[in-house]
Amino acid sequence: MDSLTCDTARRLLDPSLDGELEATTQLAFDAHLAACAACREARAGRLALIEGVKSQTRRHTAPDGLRQRLALQLAAAAPPPPSTALPSRRRAWLTGGAWASSVAALAASLMLFLATPGQQDSLDRDLLNAHLRSLVPDHLTDVQSTDQHTVKPWFNGRLPLSPPVPNLAGDGFPLVGGRLDYLDQRPAAALVYRHARHIINLFVWPAAGTAAQPPHLDSRNGYNLLQWSKDGMAYAAVSDLNRPELEGFQRLWEKSAVDNDAPAPR
Amino acid sequence: MHERTPASPQDDKSRWFQQIVLPHLDAAYNLAAWLTRQPADAEDVVQEAMLRALRFADGCREATAKSWLLRIVRNVAYDRLTASGGLALFADLNPDDPDGSGFTTDAFGGTTEDPESRLLKDQDRRQLDRLIALLPLPYREVLVLRELEELSYKEIAEVAAIPIGTVMSRLARARDWLHKAWSERNG
Ligand SMILES: [Zn+2]
Repeated sequence: MDSLTCDTARRLLDPSLDGELEATTQLAFDAHLAACAACREARAGRLALIEGVKSQTRRHTAPDGLRQRLALQLAAAAPPPPSTALPSRRRAWLTGGAWASSVAALAASLMLFLATPGQQDSLDRDLLNAHLRSLVPDHLTDVQSTDQHTVKPWFNGRLPLSPPVPNLAGDGFPLVGGRLDYLDQRPAAALVYRHARHIINLFVWPAAGTAAQPPHLDSRNGYNLLQWSKDGMAYAAVSDLNRPELEGFQRLWEKSAVDNDAPAPR
Repeated sequence: MHERTPASPQDDKSRWFQQIVLPHLDAAYNLAAWLTRQPADAEDVVQEAMLRALRFADGCREATAKSWLLRIVRNVAYDRLTASGGLALFADLNPDDPDGSGFTTDAFGGTTEDPESRLLKDQDRRQLDRLIALLPLPYREVLVLRELEELSYKEIAEVAAIPIGTVMSRLARARDWLHKAWSERNG
């Protein structure tokens, strides 16, 4: 039975099409439509409009540039781990709190999301992603120690190589620890050093048959990547350190590594 | 030396933010783009909104994460539009002069040509985009939230901070105007 006037039915038209009417009101509306050709026509016109808008209107999607700037901005907003933290106190890395944790994780996930094949060299991308992942609190190290004699043997049995692990604390680059990481799905040793408030990840992985390469610097999204290879091993230092400091670190590390021992494939 | 410890509460929280809030990044950008009508402004709005969202993530519930984030986006966009004088909150819905906010069509085709004259020439599928872009902000936002983001009236009311009855009447008026403008241009 039709209990509605046309005026009322027109007011119910939109909420009806949007599924916002109570069941009893919807029934009354349907009853009016069944009896009223003018309101049926109004409903058909409205439905066509709504469907046209839904199917033809542009739904903007976040551009890659925005994701990138967001990642950088969030990474910049994340306070780095306090430089005064005693390396042996692992929990110190969490003192940045939830805010730092969230921004670092968000920045890292946005960076990972950014990774589209062919846009940049895939190794650079892997290295940068691995570096960003490591900055998420509690992901920096698997073994945390300033003692190279603790860090070095930790890799035994976990990797087909035993990287040199010089401690450069006397030169302003204290060892923080080590981590097993993956580059292009192959395991790599990640040695973690600190310089003031900056974290340096030094990745080492086997590269048999590769000619020795002098250090080569790339910059990606505000991070510096310094890569070289020698004696069948590939190396990459990744950090937000500026170029001269990162190159200085590389020279120190090379020199100390040679003094220390050569990485022996096992 | 020890292995990785189990996830800390902070890890849980950041993972939760990534899983619950971050998937709505496109929705956030879409709303920002439709409110500001300028891609560069939309990006700034989303950046600011995401930082605010991160800071106040404790106030977010999974079931309402989308409207929670969109409300932040909306507030940031309004702050920005108010500051730039681009806010025509109480503009009348007159088809001949729907919006006096200094609109250019940069966001919708990279032209600074008069939108009205362009509309007359343009028969492509972007015509509806341009009509919607001409709607005054209060009408545009409820229409976009409903048709593109498919929010309920209740959710739209939360995002726009208006009563549900106002959502209903604004949506109806926006559709009335669109229907009329569309018919005139295609009749
Ligand atoms: Zn009727």
